Amino acid sequence: MKRYDLIIVGAGPSGLSAAIEAAKRGIEVIVFDENEKPGGQLFKQIHKFFGSKEHRAKVRGFVIGEQLLEEADKLGVKVELNSTVIGLYQDKEVVVKKDDKVTHYKADAIIIATGAAENMVTFPGWTLPGVIGAGAAQTMMNLHGVKPGKKILMLGSGNVGLVVSFQLMQCGCDVVALVDAAPRVGGYGVHAAKVARTGVPFYLSHTIVKAEGEECVTGVTIAEVDSSFKFIEGTEKHFDVDTICLAVGLSPMSQLLKMAGCKMEDNPKRGGQVPICDEHGSTSIPGIFVAGDVSGIEEASSAMIEGRMAGITAAEFLGYIQKDEMGTELENLDKALDGLRQGMFAPSNRGKLIEKTDEGIEVSESLLKKGYVSDDEIERFPGVTHKKGIHPVIECTQNIPCNPCQDACVKKCISIGSNITSLPIVVEDGDCINCGMCVASCSGQAIFLVDEDCGDGTATVTLPYEFLPLPSEGDKGIALGRDGKKVCEATVVSVKSAKAFDKTHLLTMRVPKEYAMKARFYKEAE
Amino acid sequence: MSGTRIEEHPILGETIKGKEITFSFDGKEVKGYEGEPIAAALKAEGLMVHRYTQKEHKPRGIFCAIGRCTDCVMIVDGVPNVRTCITPLKEGMEVKTQYGVSDKPFE
Amino acid sequence: MNAVNDRTRDIGPFVEGPDDDMLICRCEEITKGEIRRAVHDGMWTMTEIRRYLRTGMGLCQGQTCAKLVKGIVARELGISPAELEPATSRVPMRPIEMHIFANEAKEGEEYED
Repeated sequence: MKRYDLIIVGAGPSGLSAAIEAAKRGIEVIVFDENEKPGGQLFKQIHKFFGSKEHRAKVRGFVIGEQLLEEADKLGVKVELNSTVIGLYQDKEVVVKKDDKVTHYKADAIIIATGAAENMVTFPGWTLPGVIGAGAAQTMMNLHGVKPGKKILMLGSGNVGLVVSFQLMQCGCDVVALVDAAPRVGGYGVHAAKVARTGVPFYLSHTIVKAEGEECVTGVTIAEVDSSFKFIEGTEKHFDVDTICLAVGLSPMSQLLKMAGCKMEDNPKRGGQVPICDEHGSTSIPGIFVAGDVSGIEEASSAMIEGRMAGITAAEFLGYIQKDEMGTELENLDKALDGLRQGMFAPSNRGKLIEKTDEGIEVSESLLKKGYVSDDEIERFPGVTHKKGIHPVIECTQNIPCNPCQDACVKKCISIGSNITSLPIVVEDGDCINCGMCVASCSGQAIFLVDEDCGDGTATVTLPYEFLPLPSEGDKGIALGRDGKKVCEATVVSVKSAKAFDKTHLLTMRVPKEYAMKARFYKEAE
Repeated sequence: MSGTRIEEHPILGETIKGKEITFSFDGKEVKGYEGEPIAAALKAEGLMVHRYTQKEHKPRGIFCAIGRCTDCVMIVDGVPNVRTCITPLKEGMEVKTQYGVSDKPFE
Repeated sequence: MNAVNDRTRDIGPFVEGPDDDMLICRCEEITKGEIRRAVHDGMWTMTEIRRYLRTGMGLCQGQTCAKLVKGIVARELGISPAELEPATSRVPMRPIEMHIFANEAKEGEEYED
C-alpha cells in the first residue's frame, strides 16, 4: 500500500490551497480529484472576485484557479486527476478508482475538501431534458463553449443564480426571467443590479408551477406564492423557454467523512450534513481535517483561506512545524477569514432580514424585491454624489466584503476605510481624472463615471461592459435604466479597452442631461 | 443546428477545441470535437434526449453535467450507462439513445 | 427516545396529496406518494426507506434525491429533517463497474508518474 504524509481529497480552491501550505513546509502531499481537470468550480467562475487584495479581489475566478495550480505545481504537489475517492476507511485508508483499477493508499493525515453538491427542487416536468442545474449551465458554457439554451428561465436569486444569469447573457443566451420563491433577492445586490439593468425581469415570491414539453422543455409556467409558499390562483405567467436553470442552493458533500466515522451534525446554517469541526478544520478524528464547502457552504474566497488553515494545521499535526508557528500563521488567516465573514451576508446573518446598513442607511426595498435600486432610493447612499465635471457614482448599497475600488483610484477619490464591508464614499474634494480604473475594478460592476452636464444639454455616462459584440464609437442605441427599461436614446462616445481593465470594457454614452442619473446600461437599437 | 457553440466569449475569448471529428448518434453521422464531453457535442447539435427511463419511458438529458446525477447516460460503443457529460468524445464513437438499459426502443 | 425511534407514536393515517405522483428519485423513478406511503407502512428511517423503495440506490446513489427524500419523510413524521439520520455512507461513493471494483492494484502497481 502506497503511503503519503498527507492525502487531500478534492483539487478545488480549498484542496489546492491546503496542498500549497502543506508542500511549503516540506510535506509530501498528493491530491485526488475525480474530475478531468483540477480547480473545482474555479474554472467556471468568470467574474471578478470580491474581497480585498489578500483575498485576490478583482481577479477573475478562473485566473485564481490558474494561479493556484501554478503555485501547487512549483511546490511539487502531485495532483491525480480522473481519480475518484470511492471510500475512506478507518486508520486513514483511502480507496481510489482510476481507469479500470482500484488502489488503496494510506496517509498520516487526510484533508477532505470535496466541496458541495447542488440542491434540487421538484415541479411537474422537472425531469424533462432542458431542466438543468446552474452548475451544468456553467460547465457547458464556460468549460465546453456550448450554450446551455437559447431562452432560459433562472430559478434562484442567490449569488449562484445571479452570477450564472449574467454569464448566460455573456455567452449570448436570452434570460427571460429570474424567479425565486423567497420574497427577497438572496444574493448580493450588485450582482442582482447588473442583471436587472440589462432588462431581465425579477419575479420574487414566485416559483415554477410546471415545465412544459413532451420530449424536452418548450415552456414554463410560474405563479406567485403566498407567505406559506402556496400558489396564488390567477397569478400564472407563461414563458416560452427551451431551458430552465435551477440555482436553489448547495449541500456539503460530506459522505466520505461520515464513512470515516467523523462525528457529524445536521446544521442548516452550514447547509446540511457537516462534520463537527473546530474553526481550523480539525474533525472529531485526529488527523482528519476539512476545508471549504464540505464543512459549511460559503464561497471560493473563504474556501481558499480554510484550505490554507487546514494545510497548516495538518503540518503541525504531522510534526513539520511547531505549535507557535502554527499559532501565528492561523492568527493571520483568522483575520483574513473574519474580514470576509462580515457585513450583511455574513454566515451569522443568514436568514435575518437586514433593514439598515452599518452606516444606518435604510436598505433599498426595490433592490431586494425587484433586483435594482429605484431612482428615488439611490441618492441616499454615500457613493452617490453630485458635482461639476466627471465624477464616480458608486451604486454599492449593501455591506459586502469588498474594497478594490478604494485602491483603484490613484487620486484617492474613493474611500472605504479599514473595514472592507463599509459602503464606499466618494470623497468630496476628490479630483477625478476619468481614468476608469474604479469602473473596471468594481467586481460588482456598480461604479459609473458621470458628467451630469456637458454644457450642451447632454450628459455622459461611462459604464462597465462585458458583452459581445462590442458597440463602437458613434453607434446609436438606447439607454436602459436600473430597472432595465428604456429611458432615452443614447450615442456611444467611446469604448475603451485596456489590459488593466481585464476584459471589462468602458463604454461611454451620451444621453440628454436629465437622464444622467437614470441611464445605466446601453443596448443596441432593435 | 448551428449557433449553440460559443464562437467568441467576451471574457474567455475564443473557445479552444480539439480537432473536428465524426461520430454517430443512433446511426446518423454527427460532427463534434475530440476530447469534449459527448454530451457537449450532442448539445451543440441540439440533441436533447439521451435516454428513456426503464419504468415510465420518460425522456432524460443533461441535468448536472458533472457526472453526479447519471441522467445523461447513453449506450456508447455498446456499453450502456455511460455518463456522456464526463466521457470524452473520440473519432468514430457509436453513441446510442438508451431505452431502459437497452438500445432497442420500447414497444 | 427520539421521535424516530419511538415506533408507538401515532403519525395519523395516510392522506393522499395532490402532488403524490411527483417523481422524486430520478434514477429508480420513485414518487412522492410512494415515499409517503412507505412511512405509513412503518419505514421511518432513511435506511429503511432506501431498502424498501430503492430510493437513492440507483445509478446516482442518492446524489440528487437524498435531501428531497429526507424532507418528505420528515414532514410525514412531523419532525425536522435534521432529526433524521442520513442513510449509511458506503463504498463505493460513485457508480463503478463490478469488474473495476474487484480489480485492485497489486503492490508496486500504484499510479506514479
